[in-house]
Amino acid sequence: MAAAKTRTSTFSRNLSTAAPSHGPGLKCGPNGTVFLSSGIPDLDKILGGGFPLGSLVMVMEDAEAPHHMLLLRNFMAQGLVLGQHLLYSSPARDPRGFLGTLPSPAASKDDKSRERDPDQEKGLRIAWQYKKYFGENQLDGQRDGKHEYSNEFDLRKPLERHFINGPRIDCVSIQDCPDLSTLRDRCATFLSQFPRNDGSISCAGRIAIQSFCAPQRAYSNMEWDMLSFIRSLKSMVRSSNSVAIITFPPSLLSPSFCKRWQHMADTLLSVKAIQDEDKELAQLLTGYQDMVGFLNVHKVARINTQVY
Amino acid sequence: MNQRSSNLLDEALGLDQVIEPWPLRGQVVAIEDQVETSGSFVLHHLLKRSLSPNSSNVTIFIAFSQPFSHYDRILRKLGCNLVSQRDNSRFFFFDMLKLQCPDEGITPEGGLIALYGKIHKTISALPEISWKNVSIIIDDLSLMEVAANGSSDYVLDFLHYCRTLTSEFDCSLITLNHEDIYSSEDRPTFFIQMEYLADILIKAEPLATGLATDVHGQLTVSNKGRNKVSNFHFKVKENVVECFYPGRS
Repeated sequence: MAAAKTRTSTFSRNLSTAAPSHGPGLKCGPNGTVFLSSGIPDLDKILGGGFPLGSLVMVMEDAEAPHHMLLLRNFMAQGLVLGQHLLYSSPARDPRGFLGTLPSPAASKDDKSRERDPDQEKGLRIAWQYKKYFGENQLDGQRDGKHEYSNEFDLRKPLERHFINGPRIDCVSIQDCPDLSTLRDRCATFLSQFPRNDGSISCAGRIAIQSFCAPQRAYSNMEWDMLSFIRSLKSMVRSSNSVAIITFPPSLLSPSFCKRWQHMADTLLSVKAIQDEDKELAQLLTGYQDMVGFLNVHKVARINTQVY
Repeated sequence: MNQRSSNLLDEALGLDQVIEPWPLRGQVVAIEDQVETSGSFVLHHLLKRSLSPNSSNVTIFIAFSQPFSHYDRILRKLGCNLVSQRDNSRFFFFDMLKLQCPDEGITPEGGLIALYGKIHKTISALPEISWKNVSIIIDDLSLMEVAANGSSDYVLDFLHYCRTLTSEFDCSLITLNHEDIYSSEDRPTFFIQMEYLADILIKAEPLATGLATDVHGQLTVSNKGRNKVSNFHFKVKENVVECFYPGRS
């Protein structure tokens, strides 16, 4: 952002005209940030627009439930549906298999009323505690053009084949990898397609790293190697037009390193399962029987700003 | 800036009176924060104060955490233009985001020694009258440990070397670190050493009662030189940090 010419005063005329128009799935935000959707419109709202480009999102998994996969599925499907590129890494031997479980966008609701008909609850929704206090008008206002940025997804319907078989997806398995240099190099190659410059952004990239942890590879400096991988990924992502999401099981890390990872994240989320038949919670929360878990937002990205 | 609204933070640090010569000269200031409550706003505030037009202070900023554009945007809203300060040689930005040792034959020790050498060279190159007014800001120390691949001893050595600068050149050293990383460690030697080195300790913590819209957290400033401990609440805004005693927002 720094200009080359010298200035004599601290005032400088802002010469950029209107905000440059960006490709699909991107939205301008404050402080020069550009957002892309998490794939869950309610989460986008809670986060203030979505995930800012150049940020690192970390999700703390719950050892007892695979709810982080829901977040990943929505995130990945959203990118594919809008023509963004995707790099997916997982500890599985064949990560491509996971792509078959990605959801398809839900059929758009044409009627304006937002009755909470249980049959309509196909996708993953955030049951925001105070949602019932907001009027319907507020939520309807953003219908038009919304599908160019974010979609509701139907978890029961798989994503169409042509999205998954395109050239825009790359998969990496970290099983049997002696160190993280392969993954680091693949990320670097992937991110070099979306360099950050001041012009309009034609295409954005998404990196999804699932269950990043290595309990079986216990050589002494592994923890520091993983941390330096995250740090270098973060700095690569920062200078590109992409968002990286890493999910990890905090229980497999020492408390001190867990805190280090949490500090690395620009946006920090955690998922936790809700016990079945918890009478106290049932009294506390409306719609308890439809809920599968808690999503906690611990930290929201503050790029170019010191406030939320 | 004619009417500068000094706040409780400035008072606790001695920055509410004159800032020439720089009141923090020769002192080590350690800022500590947690995941729930970030302390980077204190760094931004100190950076702004040190680059005030009323002083001739020079700041060397060692960034492990964010690129220049991030601080530039934030400080602009606070009323300070980092680009022009950089052009006028009042602000030196060392971008360490990509520093990683070991890498290409650079050991952690070597990398940090090189960094120290660079700082020393930059200060020595300044006119002698500026020596008393140099601030070295490091954001942040936990990432310096990651860059050194876990060799906390070398990082501690580096900090000791920087501390010699505070006595040799009378400059001030301001660091940011994350307290919750070390509180879960068995032997938090590095952290305790840093707290011991510090003349002024600024802790940013969440409120005991949890999140709130009007209060973002609490600051505790322990000033060993003045033998004073201050505690107050704060709210971070785009262009200012509001500090107030508990109960008065």
